Amino acid sequence: MNSGPLYDRLDVYLVAAAFLLAVGIYGLIRRRTLIGMLISGELIFAAASLNVMAFNRFTVHDQAVGQVFVLFILGLAAAEVSIALSIIVAVYRNYRSVKTKELSELSG
Amino acid sequence: MNSFPATNLIVTAIFILCLATMAAGALLAVLTSKLMRSVCGLVVCCIGLAGLYYFLHSPFLALMEILIYVGAVCVMFVFAVMLAEPDEPANEEKPGAVVVWGGIALGAAGGIFWGLTRLGARTPWPAPETLSQSGSVEAIGISLLTTYSLAFELISLALLVAIIGALAIARTGRRRA
Repeated sequence: MNSGPLYDRLDVYLVAAAFLLAVGIYGLIRRRTLIGMLISGELIFAAASLNVMAFNRFTVHDQAVGQVFVLFILGLAAAEVSIALSIIVAVYRNYRSVKTKELSELSG
Repeated sequence: MNSFPATNLIVTAIFILCLATMAAGALLAVLTSKLMRSVCGLVVCCIGLAGLYYFLHSPFLALMEILIYVGAVCVMFVFAVMLAEPDEPANEEKPGAVVVWGGIALGAAGGIFWGLTRLGARTPWPAPETLSQSGSVEAIGISLLTTYSLAFELISLALLVAIIGALAIARTGRRRA
């Protein structure tokens, strides 16, 4: 499995997914707006989907399972994004800002 | 099948192009200061990811990735950026805090990447005896409507609740303003 052409090796896909996850976590820490953090969260979703697909392709007998799973991840991510964006728009109407630092009413 | 010269080389080049597109898009999504460029980075990343899905023998998922992410999710992001704030705010932190938090973020990301890469490369993943079941669209459809029918229905319910919830949240904000 760990030989042959580059596109037919499991570890290449695993490294790509790890890169996506690392970039997503870096963005989640460093971003200062809600929308930027949500975009980083989408990158983490993408990393999870790629991982599931890679393991499905190389280590699972039934090839349909992982694809169905990734389809469910896509659907849930779409639902999550729609809810989160509507919350962000509502927050922006109340606070006139989506910076995470200014969304605090109780801080002294 | 391999009558065309240098087929393997060309396919590998296309694969590396997909990988590079995905990596560049992800970096663009995280590192730019304008939120609209960040959304465009997410689009580029998803297109590269769709290419990787194609290489993983799943053209259906590649199509769905482009349809849902590039076509729906990113357009929704564009709407949110238009309705809220277009730019990442200017950095108001002290230089010391920038170094500390940037270092923490870089350390966390680098540690995760290093650890997962090591884990993925060192572990002898077991290969299945046979790969007899094909991952065709027909097989996906059959398993969606038989084995996973309950999860399928629950996803549709979750999407319905999400749509109603999004409408309700955005609407109350408007009435108040």
